[in-house]
Order: sequence, then C-alpha cells, then structure tokens
Amino acid sequence: MSTFLGMPATAPRGVGHLRGDESFPEAARKALGNEQLRRNLAHATTTIRGKSGAVVAELPDWQELRSAGSALKAATMARLPELLEQLEANVTAAGGVVHWAADATEANRIVTGLVEATGHRRVIKVKSMATQEIGLNEALEAAGIAPVETDLAELIVQLGHDKPSHILVPAIHRNRTEIRDIFLREMPGVDPALTDDPATLAAAARRYLRETFLSTKVAVSGANFAVAETGTLAVLESEGNGRMCLTLPDTLITVMGIEKVVPTWRDLEVFLQLLPRASTGERMNPYTSMWTGVTPGDGPQEFHLVLLDNGRTAVLADEVGRQALHCIRCSACLNVCPVYERTGGHAYGSVYPGPIGAVLSPQLTGVADNASLPYASSLCGACFDACPVKIDIPSILVHLRNEAPHPRTERIAMAAAAYTMDRPALYARAQHAAKLSRHATRLPPPLNGWTASRDLPQPPPETFRDWWAAR
Amino acid sequence: MRIALFVTCLADTMFPAAAKATVTLLERLGHEVVFPPGQTCCGQMHINTGYQRDALPLIRRHVRTFAPYDVIVAPSGSCVGSVRHQHAMVARGAGDLSLAARAEDVAGRTYELSELLVDVLGVEDVGAYYPHRVTYHPTCHSLRMIRVGDKPLRLLRHVRGLELVELPAAEQCCGFGGTFALKNADTSAAMLGDKMRHVLETGAEVCTAGDASCLMHIGGGLSRLGSDVRTVHLAEILAASEA
Ligand code: SF4
Repeated sequence: MSTFLGMPATAPRGVGHLRGDESFPEAARKALGNEQLRRNLAHATTTIRGKSGAVVAELPDWQELRSAGSALKAATMARLPELLEQLEANVTAAGGVVHWAADATEANRIVTGLVEATGHRRVIKVKSMATQEIGLNEALEAAGIAPVETDLAELIVQLGHDKPSHILVPAIHRNRTEIRDIFLREMPGVDPALTDDPATLAAAARRYLRETFLSTKVAVSGANFAVAETGTLAVLESEGNGRMCLTLPDTLITVMGIEKVVPTWRDLEVFLQLLPRASTGERMNPYTSMWTGVTPGDGPQEFHLVLLDNGRTAVLADEVGRQALHCIRCSACLNVCPVYERTGGHAYGSVYPGPIGAVLSPQLTGVADNASLPYASSLCGACFDACPVKIDIPSILVHLRNEAPHPRTERIAMAAAAYTMDRPALYARAQHAAKLSRHATRLPPPLNGWTASRDLPQPPPETFRDWWAAR
Repeated sequence: MRIALFVTCLADTMFPAAAKATVTLLERLGHEVVFPPGQTCCGQMHINTGYQRDALPLIRRHVRTFAPYDVIVAPSGSCVGSVRHQHAMVARGAGDLSLAARAEDVAGRTYELSELLVDVLGVEDVGAYYPHRVTYHPTCHSLRMIRVGDKPLRLLRHVRGLELVELPAAEQCCGFGGTFALKNADTSAAMLGDKMRHVLETGAEVCTAGDASCLMHIGGGLSRLGSDVRTVHLAEILAASEA
C-alpha cells in the first residue's frame, strides 16, 4: 500500500503514445502539405459521416439514448472505486485473475511477465486503444515477444511501421494502392501478383491471419465494456478477428482502462445501441463477444484482466475534465471535426486524435506536456453534437486552455488588452489608434499567420460609438 | 420596446455598419434603441484563449453595464454565446457566486439579432429590400452554441428582391475560431479555402452571416483571392430598404 499524497499521478514519460515530438501546429503544417492524405481523409470522413447520420436519424429516441448514456457514465464515475472492486470480485469468482496497473510501465511489465510465463514468443492482438496507449507492442518486442495485430487496419499500420491515425480506422490515411505496396513488402507468404482490388487485399490478409490464429496460444485484447455485477468483459468488432483471438488461444490477457466498467448487464443495452450507430454507421456491430472468467473445456483456460489507471484517476479528480472519461471511443467526434479532417490523426501526437484526443491526452499526461492540444480546435462545437454520450468537448477545451502554460508575450498582450478594455476612455483611444494602421495589410509576427492567407479589413473612419455620440 | 444595444468590440471598432444597421432596423420597426455607455468587450477572446482571470473584470463590467435593461441585443452569435454560456461559468470558477447569478440574469435577457426579431418581437418580414443573390453561412456559435436554427433564413426569405442560394456544406466551420486563426494559421487557412470554394460555387454576389468575426475571416480570404463576392452582415441586409 502506498500513501496518497495529493494529486493523483499522470501517465509517465518515455513509455506509451500519449505525447508527440512536435506541437500540434507544427505537425499539422506537415500533414496539410500532403495532398494525398487530405484527399484520403476528406473522402473517408465524409463517407462515415453520411452513413452514421443516416442510421442515427432512424432512431426517434436518439437524443434520449444519448442522455441515458451520459447519465449512466456520470453515475458510474461517481462510484468508480466500488464498481471496480465489484468487478474484481466477480472476475476472480469466475476463475479469472485481476491485476491493477497504476501506469503504462506497470501494465507493460505485468503483461510481458504473463506472456513470458506461458513460454510462448508470439501473441495475437485484438485491436485495443489501451494497449496502444501504453506502447505494449514495443514492450513485448523488447522482451523478444512478437505481437501480431489482427484487425485489418491495425495490421496495415503494423506492417507499414506506421502509427494509427484514427481510433476506429487506424489506416484511414492510406488508400488501397499504398496498402498493396505495404502487403507486398511486409506480409509473410504474400502472392507477388497481388493487385489493389479490395477483395483481393482482404483475402491476402485473411490467409495470413488464419494461419496465425491457428498457431498462436496467447492473445491480448482490450475491452469496450466490463460489467461489474457479473465480471463479464465485452469486445465489439466488425471483422471476426476479435472473436478468433478471444476463443482460440489457451491464454487471454485483457488490458482495460478503469473507466470502461459499467454497473449492470442492463446498462449495456444503451451502449450497444449508441456505439455502432455513432461509430461505423451500422445498426448493430457484426461481432459482440462477451466472456466471463474461464469455462472448463471451452475457450481460453487462463484469463487475466489488467486494470489500467495511467492518469485516469487524475482526470477523474478534475470536475470539468472528468467527462472525457465517459468516452466510448466511437470516433464520431473525429469524423465531424473540421480540424481532424484536414490534419489527420498523427498531428495530435497521441493515440487519441481528434477532439477527444485534444481533451483526453493533455489530461492523462498533465496539460503542460500537451499544451498545444487544447488549442487544436476552432471550438465549432460539431464534436459535442456528434458525441453519443454528450461529452461537452468545447467546454473541456476552454477549461484546459485556462490551465495550459501560456507564452510570455501572449500573457502580456492579453493582460494589456483586458486592462484597456476595462477602461472605456483608454479603449476608445485604442480604437482610434487602430485607424493609424489603416494601410497595413500584412501584420508583423506573431500575427502574420493571419495575413498570410487573408487580407485585413480596413478600420472604418468612424467607430460605432463615435457615430452614436454624434447622432 | 426599449432595447439595449450590446455593440460588441469588433463591430464597434471594425464593422460599425453592422451595428448602425441594427439600430436603423429596430427603429424602423418602432422600437427605442439605447446604447449603454461603459460597455467594451464581453471577454470572449480572453476566455477562449485561456485567460479567465483577465476576463473577470470584463465580465463584471458587462454585467454592471447591462443589468438595468430588460432586453439586450447583439449583432453577434458568438458574443451572445459567450454571455450565455461562459460568463456565469467563469464567475463560478473564480468563486464569485453573486456575479454568476447576476451574469445568468443578464444572459437570460440577451438575444442575438435574429432571435430578438423572431422570438421576442415576433416578426419575420422586417420590410427589407435587397435585390441581390445572397448565400448564408450559419456560423458555428450561432448554429451550435446558441442554436438560432433557421431564424436568419426565415428573415432572409422575406426580404424583397433577394435571391437566397444554398451554401454547400454550410454547417462546416469557416476556420476562424478567434485566436485559432492565429495559433493554427495553416489549418485555419485550409478550412477557409474549402469555405470560400463553396461560397464561390453558389455564384452569389453576397455572403452573409450573423457574426462579423467569421465574415471578416471569409471576406479577408475572398479579397486575397481577388474575388468580388462581398461579405455583408445579416443586419445590413435586413436594414436595407427601397428608398
Ligand atoms: S468523445 Fe464522444 S464522439 Fe468522441 S470518440 Fe468519445 S464517445 Fe465518440
């Protein structure tokens, strides 16, 4: 037992993928220069947006469902410790083993140790944001264990030595010609005559994965939900690769963020409607797999659940920011975000891109480590409207901006502006001074970003208050 | 009705035509407009850039200035949004609960122009005449923060001589976002590029909106392109008349 010494810890540096090497504006500039990327993104997000919008419109009670999801999440967060203990008791009673990981380093150590104990050197993986977040694949590789991603898009990213750029469609930034090239270069046993026809590409991946599924004894998954009252874990997916991983191996290790718990089986009813419609634009996702501990003679005979904090308790401690923990990773906010649509996911420097990433990553790491992310939004509010659990992302962004460290020159300018605006006489004088800049159509740094692509309007000869006074 | 004008710092300094048009329009409809002295800025820029402490005196000033009035109007969806959704929140954050309560009170009496016209004054035909081909951009804060819905369109549809053309992908952000346009200038420019393309596709002579800030952004971009499409605030169109 350690003693609690104030603010809960944030995710550690040097491990996992929550921090980028560059600030958002710098990384975004590079992405914006890539025409192919922008075309791929605009095409993909527009398609998903349309699909999701259509199936959401089918439900007359969509707004009520959103409210229910939001209320369930808030109620869960309010008694998270108790629910997690209940989950632990029920998983244990069903023959599973529960591990608590304070952060990425500890979680990686636990999982690596568990795999090593089986004596196997290869694991198959179900797509999981939690394991991406902690950099589990890198940790396993460092221990001489080969992780194989089995989600098609995740496999493309892994084979391409690339990083995911979308929560749901990690390879959204790639088109099929690029994918064919990656397969030809990296996929063991691939047909050298491979074309870029989608069905042929899928068949190639299937052939490779089948063989891997049947010969690998250990699997690692994440979890979309965990039901406290029964100790049941759930994974939702579209390809069936998840079900193969969850049923074929002897050992199953699940890494789950502590916010994924739901109190009762009944609560799932709401989320199983919200998630697929918001996420893939489907009425129901193709595969919903649920398992409770171990069942003799059926499925994995050893089950481990790793409960991951990695900064989540710190998020929970923030009254405004804690809503970010309600996220069910549907990626609807990414698909409607005009900033994400132009920059793609890599610019966010974290496994959590887009609007949710802009609020979640800085909270998990501490705002100072991701200070540009709360500004990676025009506060247009499209994410708030799209979110199936009604997370008020714009308000969290504004809240985090208030916590972020500010550049000195900006601090001075803002204080000066507020000082002037709080003194009407001074303010009127400043308005007149603006007229002196009448012929400046370009601004000096750091304001030149504005005039690089827009003309400044000419200040009018008379302000409104002058006009009013003379009236 | 006696209506207090919250001019907003941007309209006051850079776009007085929008504010003057608001006065002209409301007086033509038979109302008395007053301009409470002492008003400057609602503090939105400070709040949205992460300077809530600096915004606090501006919020105090705003609340003090407008507390005596029953109906307050601003020709800006985003400033009304700030008054309505941010003032009380910032006051509460600073532990000033009495200011928060007064801010909520003022917010409850503050309307964006199209809201005032349609919801409070009950008019959709304001007797305007504007013989031009016009497209309307529903700015994000008007659309999603204060939810003016189709009120501006209903007003525009009653303007004589006006041909309203639909803007493709109208609900996409123009990329302004206050200091976003400075802090993320490249992304902002990319968003603006698409918005301008859509405006030009309509073949409209005029692009209108309820926010001077977004119009400044779009207008600045169009001017750089050398386009002769003009950006005109909704208030100016509604105030225009035959004579
Ligand atoms: S924040 Fe909301 S919309 Fe975005 S991924 Fe999470 S649940 Fe989906």
